[in-house]
Amino acid sequence: MITLTVNGQKHDIDADPNMPLLWAIRDIIGLTGTKFGCGAAQCGACTVHLNGEAVRSCVTKLSRAAGQKIVTIEGLSLNNDHPLQKAWNEMNVPQCGYCQSGQLMSAAVLLRENPNPTDQDIDDAMSGNICRCGTYQRIRAAIHKAAAMQMEGAKI
Amino acid sequence: MMETNTISRRNFLRASGLAGAALCLGFYLPANAKKEELAAATAESGFDFNAWIRIDTDGKVTLTDHRAEMGQGSYQSVPQIIAEELEVNLSDIHVVFAQGNPVKYGSQITGGSSTIRGSYKKLLKLSATAREMLITAAANKWNVPAAECYAEGGHVIHKPSGKKLNYGELVAAASKITPPAQVKLKETSQYKLIRKPLQRMDTPMKTNGEAVFGLDKRLPGMLFASVERNPRLRGKIKSFDATAALKVPGVKKVFKIQMMVFKTTRDGVVVVADSTWAAMQGRKALKVEWDDTGFDHVNTADIYQAHENLLKTNEGLPAKKQGEPDAILAKADKKIDVIYQTPYQAHAAMEPLNCIAHYQQDKIEIWGPIQAPDWVQGDISDKFKMPKEKVIVNMTFLGGGFGRKAFLDYTHEAVAISKELGGPVQVIWTREDDVKQGPYRAGISYRGQGAIENGEITALKFKMAGQNIDHWNGPGRDKANGSTTEGFLKPYYDSIKNISFADVPYEMPLPNMWWRSVYASTNGFAYESFMNEMAVLAGQDQLDFRRKYLKDERSQRLIDRMEEVSGWKTRKQNEGYGVAITECFETTVGQIVKVSRQPNGKVKIDKVWAVMDCGWYVNPDIIRAQVEGSVVMALGAATIHEITFKNGLVEQNNFYDYLMPRMSDVPPVEVHIMENTANAGGVGEPGLPPFAPALTDAIFDLTGKRIRKLPFNLNEV
Repeated sequence: MITLTVNGQKHDIDADPNMPLLWAIRDIIGLTGTKFGCGAAQCGACTVHLNGEAVRSCVTKLSRAAGQKIVTIEGLSLNNDHPLQKAWNEMNVPQCGYCQSGQLMSAAVLLRENPNPTDQDIDDAMSGNICRCGTYQRIRAAIHKAAAMQMEGAKI
Repeated sequence: MMETNTISRRNFLRASGLAGAALCLGFYLPANAKKEELAAATAESGFDFNAWIRIDTDGKVTLTDHRAEMGQGSYQSVPQIIAEELEVNLSDIHVVFAQGNPVKYGSQITGGSSTIRGSYKKLLKLSATAREMLITAAANKWNVPAAECYAEGGHVIHKPSGKKLNYGELVAAASKITPPAQVKLKETSQYKLIRKPLQRMDTPMKTNGEAVFGLDKRLPGMLFASVERNPRLRGKIKSFDATAALKVPGVKKVFKIQMMVFKTTRDGVVVVADSTWAAMQGRKALKVEWDDTGFDHVNTADIYQAHENLLKTNEGLPAKKQGEPDAILAKADKKIDVIYQTPYQAHAAMEPLNCIAHYQQDKIEIWGPIQAPDWVQGDISDKFKMPKEKVIVNMTFLGGGFGRKAFLDYTHEAVAISKELGGPVQVIWTREDDVKQGPYRAGISYRGQGAIENGEITALKFKMAGQNIDHWNGPGRDKANGSTTEGFLKPYYDSIKNISFADVPYEMPLPNMWWRSVYASTNGFAYESFMNEMAVLAGQDQLDFRRKYLKDERSQRLIDRMEEVSGWKTRKQNEGYGVAITECFETTVGQIVKVSRQPNGKVKIDKVWAVMDCGWYVNPDIIRAQVEGSVVMALGAATIHEITFKNGLVEQNNFYDYLMPRMSDVPPVEVHIMENTANAGGVGEPGLPPFAPALTDAIFDLTGKRIRKLPFNLNEV
């Protein structure tokens, strides 16, 4: 039995310790916001937070995730009110939307570590996430907007 | 504007009681006049939830999106049209996806950028008709003239008295009213929702994980399946050994399966398990021996060599001809004769192919990311001998499509697996399956010949050689590909008197199909690159050159706008500027690309300006997003990836060798939309074709080097 703490909730699951975290989250726990894109840590669609770090859940074994703190897109905020989610909505970022969970989870770590990123910082932090619809220009702009909202919020 | 109504009483569904629920008004338009009788018959049989508009007596308004939502915005734009004439607030409505039902909705294929251009007129009329019926119902109730009443925000209001009734309170009475013979549609200037850059209604659920894509759908008792298919794109199985696979924990069943790919079959071995991971592990443990007898072990280099030979030796099948280009070319002094090559491309949508099927004795139900639910319904009905109405096709959100998810192989295979298994199953393609198994956009080669005299084009001659989507597996072609001229601007025909297009058939057993913007994506590169080469030969500015030959008013305005927004006339010496204009699905897009040489010696794309003339439109921000995305997709296809074949096998596997543009590769894209009231053109695809020829033209402007083969490495220019 493996214990996973996902979005603050404990789950005891009976699974192969070699199973990637992605499939446990999706097929066993039933949270489908985290996406399967490549299975090879190439596209970032499956990005979740493991103890606050952005990891590719498609190549993160359950044995590594056991007992650690995992946050998925469903746990990014309670009411879709993370500054990134607000900026994504205001700027109509998603098209098909499939990669956006992963984009948001990568961007959330960036904004936490670097509250006022430059274009270069954003490009570097987001280079592991592919968007086939080509929403990159809006993602970059929305991260800047979220950064501004976050700083505005901090002042209050 | 006044529109004569073609909606008859019988096309409206009667108010009808639903189990414990409210009375509803539902109605629909027949797919086309010819099908009216059929449609009416269905309507008479009772209320159907999936009509375009449904208003419950409690006032709840449900609008249906009859097309797929794969990023292009139908989930936003279809309701935005309906809500405009129906006079309801977007914040008060619910949107549902239609099931596959061409009798009710007409064509549902999300392809050819057709969602809006193919539906908007009837959607406007349908919505205005419903509004008028609700107004009449209120007027009757109050015993006042209908002319004194108007509709707003889901209510009918009596202007003189200020009396107000919610649509829900009027549904029962409205449903008994004969639809008006004529309805008045709004003028463009009166729109409250249409032409406004409204926030997309599907964004909130795409930022918190709630949106249900095909891969996210779950059914009770559903199992997961992964299929090992013949790697040579089609072919059979000699034998397989499932012993090890069956020992993988969670694996339930292993069996042989056949998928229909066009008219041929591809054999595979399917592993069914209680999780995706277990199915994939079981698949890895399979031992399969393939039978490739009769399959052509093709190599990419041979394909392009064959194209070139054909283009040089074969006149091909005539597609279009005016004047005598051959005679003029034979005598001309100043002429060029060049060949362009475009690569095979995978669609590589972010959501790998997947489909849930539940085959039962008396019905088949399907859920998935499906671009053409109406086609799937017909296809499954045919292949499994099940009446159409017993084949229920449910669309989920699509994690990208680009044409691939309008194909019928993966849905057929899922149903075949469910039938054999005897229960609901989700079939998941891996990224490798998605990249390696096609069908692909065909790589096509072109030969362009042209002559210039006194700075004027005297003759143009184009030939294309490559696989035809309609014929990849069929008999040899006896007619030219109807898409040979796709992408080429029609006004050119008025001013270039001697011009011909021909299609040189090249048959090859590789499955190929449409890919975003279809033939315009390859034709556009050849034809517009050639126009730029002709401009150079004539010693003229590329935009001025086009202005001379595109004499219609819309083209002239488009060119003026391109010049204005890009600063074309004030460009500097050390900057490369390139241009291209293509037509695709009744929309014309012109792009200007600016490049410069960086201190490290590499060429950088500094900026892309796109000007789109798509006529009547719904949501300008969705248009901008579609063009921005089209440029990124075109950038990938022009400079980063291609599908190649070695000994009949696809050489690429996953995103580590079928590379994608990343955030740092993408130039800023500035989109401008022409304002006019011409008929609506497509939006999702037309932004793609002009990018590659504009980029290579910019590189020529900067370096003097003309690139005629895609993809090319931008770092090596």
